[in-house]
Amino acid sequence: MSEQPESAPLVEAPADAVAGEVVLRLTDVVKTFPGVRALDGVQLEVRAGEVHCLLGQNGAGKSTLIKVLAGVHRPDSGLVEWRGEQVTFANPQAAMRAGIATIYQELDLVEDLSVAENAFLGHEPRGFGFIRRGQMARHTRQILGRLGHAEIPPNRMVRALPAAGKQVVSMARALSHEARLIIMDEPSAVLAHDEVENLFRIIRELTAQGIAVIYISHRLEEIREIGDRVTVLKDGRTTAANLSARDTPTRDLVSRMTGRTIEYVFPDRADDSEVGEELLQVEGLTRAGEFADVSLTVRAGEIVGIAGLVGSGRSELMETIYGARRAESGTVRMAGRALRPGSVGAAVKAGLGMAPEERKSQALLLGEPIYRNVTLATFGRYARFGFTDTAREQAEADRVAESLEMRPRDVRRAVRTLSGGNQQKVVVGRWLLGDTKLLLLDEPTRGVDVGARAELYQVIRQLAAEGVGVLLVSSEVPEVLGLADRVLVMREGRVVRAAPAAELDEDTVLDLVMAGSLEVTA
Amino acid sequence: MSDGPFTTTQLPAQSPPVDPAETGAAGKPAATPGSAGRLSWWHGDGGEGARRNLALIGVLVVLFVIGAATRSDLYSNPDWVWANMLSILKLASVVGVVTVGMTFVIIGGGIDLSVGAIVALAGVWCTTIATQSFGAGGMIFTAIVVGMGVGLVNGALIAYGRLVPFIATLAMLVAARGLAAEISDKQTQISQNNTINGIATTNLLGIPLLVYILAAVVAAGWVLLNRTTFGRRTVAVGGNPEAARLAGIDVRRHTLLLYVLSGLCCGIAAIMLTAQATSAQAAMANLYELDAIAAVIIGGTLLSGGRGTIIGSLLGVIIFATITNLFAINGLSTEAQNMVKGGIIVAAVLIQQIQFGSLSQFFRRNRLTTS
Repeated sequence: MSEQPESAPLVEAPADAVAGEVVLRLTDVVKTFPGVRALDGVQLEVRAGEVHCLLGQNGAGKSTLIKVLAGVHRPDSGLVEWRGEQVTFANPQAAMRAGIATIYQELDLVEDLSVAENAFLGHEPRGFGFIRRGQMARHTRQILGRLGHAEIPPNRMVRALPAAGKQVVSMARALSHEARLIIMDEPSAVLAHDEVENLFRIIRELTAQGIAVIYISHRLEEIREIGDRVTVLKDGRTTAANLSARDTPTRDLVSRMTGRTIEYVFPDRADDSEVGEELLQVEGLTRAGEFADVSLTVRAGEIVGIAGLVGSGRSELMETIYGARRAESGTVRMAGRALRPGSVGAAVKAGLGMAPEERKSQALLLGEPIYRNVTLATFGRYARFGFTDTAREQAEADRVAESLEMRPRDVRRAVRTLSGGNQQKVVVGRWLLGDTKLLLLDEPTRGVDVGARAELYQVIRQLAAEGVGVLLVSSEVPEVLGLADRVLVMREGRVVRAAPAAELDEDTVLDLVMAGSLEVTA
Repeated sequence: MSDGPFTTTQLPAQSPPVDPAETGAAGKPAATPGSAGRLSWWHGDGGEGARRNLALIGVLVVLFVIGAATRSDLYSNPDWVWANMLSILKLASVVGVVTVGMTFVIIGGGIDLSVGAIVALAGVWCTTIATQSFGAGGMIFTAIVVGMGVGLVNGALIAYGRLVPFIATLAMLVAARGLAAEISDKQTQISQNNTINGIATTNLLGIPLLVYILAAVVAAGWVLLNRTTFGRRTVAVGGNPEAARLAGIDVRRHTLLLYVLSGLCCGIAAIMLTAQATSAQAAMANLYELDAIAAVIIGGTLLSGGRGTIIGSLLGVIIFATITNLFAINGLSTEAQNMVKGGIIVAAVLIQQIQFGSLSQFFRRNRLTTS
């Protein structure tokens, strides 16, 4: 897809900005999971007192890398040097004791314990088997002071704190362990705009004390503001290390993230694929805090793609169109008829089908056989007087399995035993039965290997060629561009751009998705 | 209707389109080699359930052998053995009927702690002087309507009021017994109706009518779970409510119906128990909820929902009844009996956890591959 050079040389920026000594160095770190090479040679160098940013698309390996550093995963090969010594952390506690603290996106706080109890969870100061509550509160107050948040009472229940406050407690916990490196996974995602400023102030206080910070964010403008150096990951590899966070041009950063080794194989567009009449009409759809004033149409036979990050409101939008969430205002019409808001049943009756984002938790009965999953939305139609017709269901499911080249083909096997790609085929195949006119696909290729992806693309195209409208959400920009006829770009709950796919390229869309405020040089 | 707008072109030519008019013949999956499509009554719940049920039958055999070993004098008489088996089944019948409803509720992801209280309320209500004046039909009708009505309240609170099933039915447990005490004025109400009382004493072909009722309820429950859309929805709603909802299943309505079904079973059980005692009182069917839940657990139904078998639950009830019987014929105390029952529950749950543990490990591995 992209014309980026295959093996971009590692860019070694002069280390002028940061003078601190190297505290963490990763060399050629590899981590594989069955079927996936999550980390495939990662280099990383972090200095004391710097904010080192990790940049990469979804699936680039950032989460795995964090988990390796946090002691959750052990690398298969490669070197991890922490303060001059080679280390392997056996478990998260070991990493914590060594001085590496991780603040995950979903904060791992105990809501019904106090601020102090959370800060010192697992290593409370003790005397004679009792927790020294006074001492613990005093220490906590001291740490909160260091973080510039002396106003948070140590005995307040964490549940009562706003998201920003909880984040401060997480950092207090890190400091209670005397952490020398704090890893923050998209800390700004849960914060309002003015709270981000406060977060940055705290980060500056930490680095001033010589603590190193690994900062992960999708928002380039934040990286510009808080970061010192940037390391870019792509497909589990470091494609650029130690770039200057302030001066590296956006285009360079973006192209290092996207120049890919995974080939996307898209089926050719059928030339004569004429789009039909408008099927889905969404007008002014709004849910406060999720998305606002979204209008879109999907015609029969048309594939409309939505590009946007996690948290841009795209999945919420899909679920609202489908009736799984109730819109606060706006309408959803299917073939001219308004759908009852908040009713999945009405949407399905009108011919909508959805393959949700989280296959396992939202779409599948893992212990049940394939055919019962395929017919989950239609078994009632094959039934007579309320009695299911299992033979008929198996026959129908088998035809679906055959047309989607599902492997294994035995439809009585439990869905649990299938690969991710085949599980996705089960979910999509569900809507090939019945009268589906419009298919909503939320991240249809997440966790699907390359070969099965190509097959799924083929299926989606085929459906469109047969007159089904498709609304597709994906975090992978090439997928949206390669598959869709028209593309909507969403950011922070709004559609910021709508255009035919042919008029957009990957860099432009990524720019729109990530920042918008940055110079768009396309 | 059945074929989507695109399936005709989408699907390969060699697979014959299924004509809805002749599903009986064409519905057989010619394209699937070796797919019998026919599940025996035994395997209706899936292979794993069947294996577990065989294990439960093994337990029953062991209990039988223990009985024969400890009271060889009695077991040497085939007539006595037959009569004893019938009395075990009779003992199991009332709780068995309640357990069928409980199995549905638990597979559907809920729990019903109020079953014993519903039996008591239905029993008391159908034996009031006013109700008895309507005759046997009126009494049966009342018990069933009261049972379903209480189930409806449970279901509405849980499905639409979004109360946790444990809390809602715990509250109902207290409230329904309170109402039963109020209606009966804490007195034992004698059933004067000979038709009702005859239910407990009638034998057909040498087998008690109560056992026939149990068999009928179990058979109906098995068909409902394994052969109907209701059963399919139950498994879906309990196994993954979100997936069921996104597939267009009305999860709330179905949840409501599950508790109504449980109430219906309690209504039937109330008649049976009233007939056995020829009376009803607010304290009747005490702790039936625990017996039923224990039987469901032993039967292999996951407490978290989504998987379970009616036959397993039935075997669970029969195992409990057999243990009671075993202690009785050996003249041992009920205290020791309860200890053994407790041990069996723990053992069953431990076995379940071991199986589930390996399962959750599998999930964890899988999740990593997708992250």
